[in-house]
Amino acid sequence: MSLAVQTFSSVRDASDALESEGIRYLGGGTLVVRAVNEGDVSITGYVRSTAPTLQTIDIAEGRATVGASVTMAAILAHVGLAGLHPVAKAVGGPAVRNMATVGGNLFAPAPYGDFTVGLLALDATVHSSDGDAPIEDFLAARNDRRKPDLVTAVSLDVPSAGVLRFLKVSRVKPRGVSVVTIAAALALDDAGKVSSARIALGCMADRPMRAHVAEQALIGRQLVKEEIREAVAVIGEGTNPVTDPVASAWYRSEVLPVHFSRLLLG
Amino acid sequence: MARVPVQFTLNGQDRAEFVESGVTLLHALRHTMGDTSPKAGCQQGTCGACTVIVDGELRLSCLTLAETCEGASIETAAGLANEGLLHPLQRAIVDGFAAQCGFCTPGMIMAAKTLLDHTPNPTRDDVVEAISGNICRCTGYEPIIQAVLTAAQSNSQKAG
Ligand SMILES: Cc1cc2nc3c(=O)[nH]c(=O)nc-3n(C[C@H](O)[C@H](O)[C@H](O)COP(=O)(O)OP(=O)(O)OC[C@H]3O[C@@H](n4cnc5c(N)ncnc54)[C@H](O)[C@@H]3O)c2cc1C
Ligand code: FES
Ligand code: FES
Repeated sequence: MSLAVQTFSSVRDASDALESEGIRYLGGGTLVVRAVNEGDVSITGYVRSTAPTLQTIDIAEGRATVGASVTMAAILAHVGLAGLHPVAKAVGGPAVRNMATVGGNLFAPAPYGDFTVGLLALDATVHSSDGDAPIEDFLAARNDRRKPDLVTAVSLDVPSAGVLRFLKVSRVKPRGVSVVTIAAALALDDAGKVSSARIALGCMADRPMRAHVAEQALIGRQLVKEEIREAVAVIGEGTNPVTDPVASAWYRSEVLPVHFSRLLLG
Repeated sequence: MARVPVQFTLNGQDRAEFVESGVTLLHALRHTMGDTSPKAGCQQGTCGACTVIVDGELRLSCLTLAETCEGASIETAAGLANEGLLHPLQRAIVDGFAAQCGFCTPGMIMAAKTLLDHTPNPTRDDVVEAISGNICRCTGYEPIIQAVLTAAQSNSQKAG
């Protein structure tokens, strides 16, 4: 099967070209070309943009703006984004990381979207041709059957190395598909008690989600076994995990509290 | 369907061909350029048999569109032997019995080559990570890992 590839130097032109039915934006292609190879006939052509802004990582006054076409490998090569390196490294093998973009990861259905789990815990903003949105709103509005706006970048406060606690559980070593992915951005006060918490989960719904109830249960608690018990007990609240060849929904629900507990205590 | 021109260097040689719009690099290499060293395994990005190097970076040619490689420099396993002399990685794979059916071998070799190009003295863990996107159903991986380490050693002996 052959499909037309339209390449535009401007984001606006690429965005306009996406209006036609069946036309999909081409990021690194690891999901969209895969779908075509698999026989998805709803895709009738590709649009891509070579605009330099989409490929740029910009850090100013503690805020990072990462273009949608930036790959996981480019994040790993950027010393200013060391706080995101464990997250980018969790995506696929070396070849996939050279291709997989930040923009494409925002649209990746479970069991994928590991990088987005990290961005969700870090409260990123998604910039698109139609405006800006907090990542949680962007994910809630994402409709996998409707034409999306062209995402141009994500921005976030630059996380220092180690600020984000991140864990991807997979069965194949060293790199495999996620059973569950957990990212937690926690702030501790002088007494070592949690003063703010943003916890994001992957594979526990069709897309990355926040664990709001567990976040609340952590506030004012120290990260010791006795004090995290309540948060661990409610980490599964509101989840609706996926079942796939990697794990059943039941299995994911069973192991989530175990891994969440290890992430907090580790 | 529309055919479009693509131009790139393949193993150091300039190539200019017409391909069907939207075809993968894997398809263009195998069916238009006559280079069958990248293998069509899963075409899903999962097996790594189609792995090639594009502008020094490892890529899955089954998920890369030929048109996005305009002007690029592409390396495949077919370009590794030099005047009949096997590349150290090929030599080590043959000598170490690290290929059985051989289907994964061209992709494995390209993944390993990218590693050695950037990290001439890799650790075992570096090798495991470098080939983590490539599946081998025959060898159990150990002979491949050993072959890559052997090739690195013979490279550094030559350099020394
Ligand atoms: C072997 C293999 C292993 C993988 N392992 C992982 C993994 O461990 N973790 C993980 O998270 N993912 C994994 N993936 C999935 C995928 O590689 C990543 O999620 C990747 O980040 C997707 O990005 P892409 O640029 O390749 O997306 P594409 O395939 O280019 O696009 C995906 C979707 O997003 C849309 N899109 C892309 N960019 C934009 C944009 N800027 N604006 C609007 N729409 C856009 C496309 O139209 C398409 O619908 C894997 C894939 C493969 C093939
Ligand atoms: S054929 Fe490309 S990864 Fe399997
Ligand atoms: S040698 Fe047969 S798949 Fe690797």
